Amino acid sequence: MERYFRILRIFWSTAIAAELEYRINFAIAAFTSLGGLVGSLFGLFLFYQTGSSFPGWRWEEALIVVGIFTLLEGFSSTFLAPNLNRIVRHVQEGTLDFVLLKPISSQFWLSAHTVSPWGLPDIFFGIATILYGGIKLEIEPFAYFVSIVPLIFGLAILYSLWFMLGATSIWFVKIYNVTEVLRGLLEAGRFPMAAYPTAYRVFFTFVVPVAFLTTTPAETLLGRSGIAGTVVAGLLAIALLFVAHWFWRFALRFYTSASS
Amino acid sequence: MSTIVVEHLSKVYPVAVKEAGLKGTLTHFFKRTYRQVKAVQDVSFKIEPGEIVGFLGANGAGKTTTLKMLTGLIHPSSGRVEVAGHIPFQRRSAFLSQVTLVMGQKQQLIWDLPALDSFKINAAVYGISDRALEHRVGELSEMLSLGGKLNQPVRKLSLGERMKAELLAALLHEPNVLFLDEPTLGLDVNAQVAVREFLREYNQRYRATILLTSHYMADITALCERVLMIHQGQLIYDGSLDGLVDRFSPCREVKVEFARPYSAHELSVYGDIQDVDKQYARFLVQQEGLTGAIAKILADLQVIDLTISDPPIEEVIGRVFQAGTVAR
Repeated sequence: MERYFRILRIFWSTAIAAELEYRINFAIAAFTSLGGLVGSLFGLFLFYQTGSSFPGWRWEEALIVVGIFTLLEGFSSTFLAPNLNRIVRHVQEGTLDFVLLKPISSQFWLSAHTVSPWGLPDIFFGIATILYGGIKLEIEPFAYFVSIVPLIFGLAILYSLWFMLGATSIWFVKIYNVTEVLRGLLEAGRFPMAAYPTAYRVFFTFVVPVAFLTTTPAETLLGRSGIAGTVVAGLLAIALLFVAHWFWRFALRFYTSASS
Repeated sequence: MSTIVVEHLSKVYPVAVKEAGLKGTLTHFFKRTYRQVKAVQDVSFKIEPGEIVGFLGANGAGKTTTLKMLTGLIHPSSGRVEVAGHIPFQRRSAFLSQVTLVMGQKQQLIWDLPALDSFKINAAVYGISDRALEHRVGELSEMLSLGGKLNQPVRKLSLGERMKAELLAALLHEPNVLFLDEPTLGLDVNAQVAVREFLREYNQRYRATILLTSHYMADITALCERVLMIHQGQLIYDGSLDGLVDRFSPCREVKVEFARPYSAHELSVYGDIQDVDKQYARFLVQQEGLTGAIAKILADLQVIDLTISDPPIEEVIGRVFQAGTVAR
């Protein structure tokens, strides 16, 4: 375990060094992130402006969902996207061979090899939005701690789904678009689940569990869901992590490696 | 105990078959037909510790597939493989830290960073201490004459330097079984010689076992006493390099310098002409008719000089592949 932490530290310091070769990227990332946030806030603002609201969600409460969504986006573009989208490239170019030959879990290598600082602005703005909404609603500090738990479960769910999609590239090789589809579906997490018709809500809870990514943590933060949502999210996260691990080992049996 | 033991190894791939043209593409998209391709069929051999063995075969003969089964990257369809006392596909740490694979056409170094950064990652993964790493990098970079290049971003290195750095990265953990797939691909002659020299020295210094494929016969002749030859997935030769020439090309190369130019047509009766350039000509003559043919050339033509030698190995190999299946 300690060895893995040591490796992780070297992975990340190397990755950041590589990314910082391109300094202008950071400014662009910060700019895009701010643009994205302003866009979703504006959409929400227009909606609430006309006097309508999502059933059961006040303006500040909906803001918190947007904040959590932005935070998750930041996490995924910092930790998940740079690694998991690369699995496809490893398979296409045959460099997965090098990964498989290392005396270390290949899932760990593929999931943690790099980190990209370009998601940091999203993380920052996300937290800022959550805090703004939270202060307006006078949420007590303890609630923030409690809501971190379902947030971590949400991340685990997202990671597992994404990793499994990446792993299917072992069979389909060019699967790049599929991870984009996943990202598209995740966009639904921008607003509270109450914003969607029932059928969609079922889909986003049971098929692509977007509900657990943003709405559940937000409800926990607002102290309205109790423990149930978190428990379900936790069970789902653990199950999906196991499935993803098993699925990767299964997929590797079919790996034929790109020919020279 | 042999380092590598391969017994009746086979690999069968399903490969999708696609007709050319739009119609073919549509059928391919909706209803795929697969053909079973036997990439490797019933291959058996053993390699002893410290040997350097050349692995020959045309493109698509099954060399890379075999190497990948030996390194545990792909699962054999049938047969048994044992490398350094382990079953490769189980990918145990004890196995992985003893072997390495270098692929001339793929790179593991991080493009934007100095090679040293990539070495640090590998060192952490293989559990090499900082001191051991420093020592090892010093030793190998001296053997490869890479001093000073390891601090530059990999993208700024020449192809030859990059290949050397790749070799270094692949050898950090002191593996004693090396699988090299076209390690000199695309390198200029000097860089090829340098890589070759390095491999020879490495083999002598560490008693490492090396299995090497290359399209440059010079690599094979310089390094390998023993060669394995694979053709259409089957092992057709396993023995010394010299023996390969005798076995597949029982003929000699005769180079003649004449007093005056002869046309190719005039010379064609004396043997299999390889090339004619003014007064110079090069023939391949069957071993059994050699003395007769030479006597005839000396009697009929005005000869200034004549030498007899083994034909170049490239031609021998080329003939074997052209001939198609060769009886064992």
